[in-house]
Amino acid sequence: MSSTGNSGRVLPWALVTPALGWTVLFFVLPFIAMGFSSLTAHEGGGFTLSNYSQFFTNPSYWQAMVNSLQVTAIVTMVSVLLAYPFAWILAEQVPERWQRLALMLAVLPFWTSYVVRSYSWLLVLAQNGVINRALTGSGLISEPLQLANTRLATVTGFVHFFVMLLTLTIFANLKQLSPSYRKAAADLGAGPVRTFLHVVLPLTLPGIMVGAFLTFVLCIGDYITPQILGGNNELLMPQLVMMQIGRRGDFPLASALSIILMAVVTIAYLACARWLKIERA
Amino acid sequence: MSVKSGNSLSVLKRHLHAACAATALLLGAGSLAEAADLNALIWCDHSDPALLQPFEEANNVKVNVKEFEGTGAGMAIVDQSQPGDWDVMVIDSIDVPRGVEKGLFEPLPEDKLPLADLFPQVKMDGSTVVGGKRYGITEKFGYNTIGFNKTKVDPADMQSLVSLTSDKYKGKVAIYDYYLPVIGMAALAIGKKTAELTEADLPALKEELLKMKANAKLVGEVTASQTALATGEVDILVGGGEWVTAGLAKENPALDFSIPKEGAVLWSQSLAMFKDSKNKDLALKFIQYIMSPEGQARLATSSCYWGMPANTKAALTDDQKKVLRFDEQPGFLARAQAYPAPNADLDKKMQDMWTEMLQAK
Repeated sequence: MSSTGNSGRVLPWALVTPALGWTVLFFVLPFIAMGFSSLTAHEGGGFTLSNYSQFFTNPSYWQAMVNSLQVTAIVTMVSVLLAYPFAWILAEQVPERWQRLALMLAVLPFWTSYVVRSYSWLLVLAQNGVINRALTGSGLISEPLQLANTRLATVTGFVHFFVMLLTLTIFANLKQLSPSYRKAAADLGAGPVRTFLHVVLPLTLPGIMVGAFLTFVLCIGDYITPQILGGNNELLMPQLVMMQIGRRGDFPLASALSIILMAVVTIAYLACARWLKIERA
Repeated sequence: MSVKSGNSLSVLKRHLHAACAATALLLGAGSLAEAADLNALIWCDHSDPALLQPFEEANNVKVNVKEFEGTGAGMAIVDQSQPGDWDVMVIDSIDVPRGVEKGLFEPLPEDKLPLADLFPQVKMDGSTVVGGKRYGITEKFGYNTIGFNKTKVDPADMQSLVSLTSDKYKGKVAIYDYYLPVIGMAALAIGKKTAELTEADLPALKEELLKMKANAKLVGEVTASQTALATGEVDILVGGGEWVTAGLAKENPALDFSIPKEGAVLWSQSLAMFKDSKNKDLALKFIQYIMSPEGQARLATSSCYWGMPANTKAALTDDQKKVLRFDEQPGFLARAQAYPAPNADLDKKMQDMWTEMLQAK
């Protein structure tokens, strides 16, 4: 009996241990190491808070965070606005037997490398790219527009990536929604718009928020897209972190900037979790 | 249930033992393979199979390469490695003393290297020789200068750095995203010597950089700069030289570079051998191969980027020499100045100035 009790206590731990070990090894320990590193001086070592104070006192560092938050907010909002109708069409309008194929076609662009896709966007948006040639060729504009190497280009590249991610999370949420909710709303006299606004949208908000949070996390930490499409005309936080490492190898400052970035992500998570009680979903 | 749990645990234990054994075997096999290989910490031009294959075949070895960008990143890889993991390293010539200070490098035997065949100006003994011992040998060099499309700009304008900030080319310019050489070019533009820059020069340098930024469409690393010039997004690249235009010359012969009257910034990369290398003989053979006329020609025309070979006897074809403007090198070298080599404090201030320039609207 007692042996059964011991085994009953041991087995769950045995099953959880690999995941815990993984988390400790690849998240907790590196995070602690990064924390220690962020509190040491680049030259000569020793404890210092100067890596953090630099962020708050140097306007161009601070501006990098502002830029990152602005770009991430725009990308998240635009992606949600585009992904929701797309997911709704897939879930509600496409016949069930075609849905799998439609989803596969939707994620097809992801089979191409992220870097290649970013460079492809650069060619599309370039001065001699597809869009400018079409506009100048049709006589709509006389001089090519500057589309590449701008914040617009960065946002476009990001949105292309994240719309599909959000579509998948919202689609899963819409599919889980029982049709009886809509039938009940119709029985009570609600039209399609009212049903959507008062029944479907609130019930799919957790899916939207999960997707939006994932978009926020991946977007604010991404280095490649702003580097390739933004033309380095404004710095975002990941680029600022990379700058510290390239030649100077200033890992303490890079660590401090990374921890500040993680703090922002944590605040975003807490805001989402409190508002929508994601932890109970 | 307890019996079942006990079985599950013993099965798990057996599997873990098996996995450990398999991992140990794999690791053992890996270390055996590494013992016969040469491990090189390199820039992307050395990963070209056309460069490595002849050496591998001649010596019946495998060259394992790990690419990095920037001395800081390279040093970080070394810091995170075990002594003996690496045999050779490619490094900015001006940064060789940084590696020597850290006790990383082995002195090179000068009598076994073709030092007499090198362009004298690129030997850079001030950096590659420390305490009377040679720790690095320059293998490739070039200029951070003006790269341009000669069908879109007036080539005569490209003979002066003043054109880079004139309204005539507003929105037609890209800036190469590496603060040291471009700050060096800004120094040349305001009549300062790159070797004599001090903190007092920073305000004037910043003003010059901001003027360049006001004319620029983008600030990009190697690939982005090349793409911008190749696609016609910009017509001029500040800080780009033969390493941008030479590789694209076949597809677009309109691309060229100039060494303006104010001068250009000389970049130079060196090869160094690790003190803890387990294959010092092979490492030396590799350095000798890279420095040989054949190795130099292959390195100079590597698919990642072209650059001038340090060895005057590099076995380049006439066409390759023409693209690299081999014959004009004595004149170019006479006008070139070295990379700025600031101390740690000034280096940090220069990087912060660069960050401000990037954020400027």
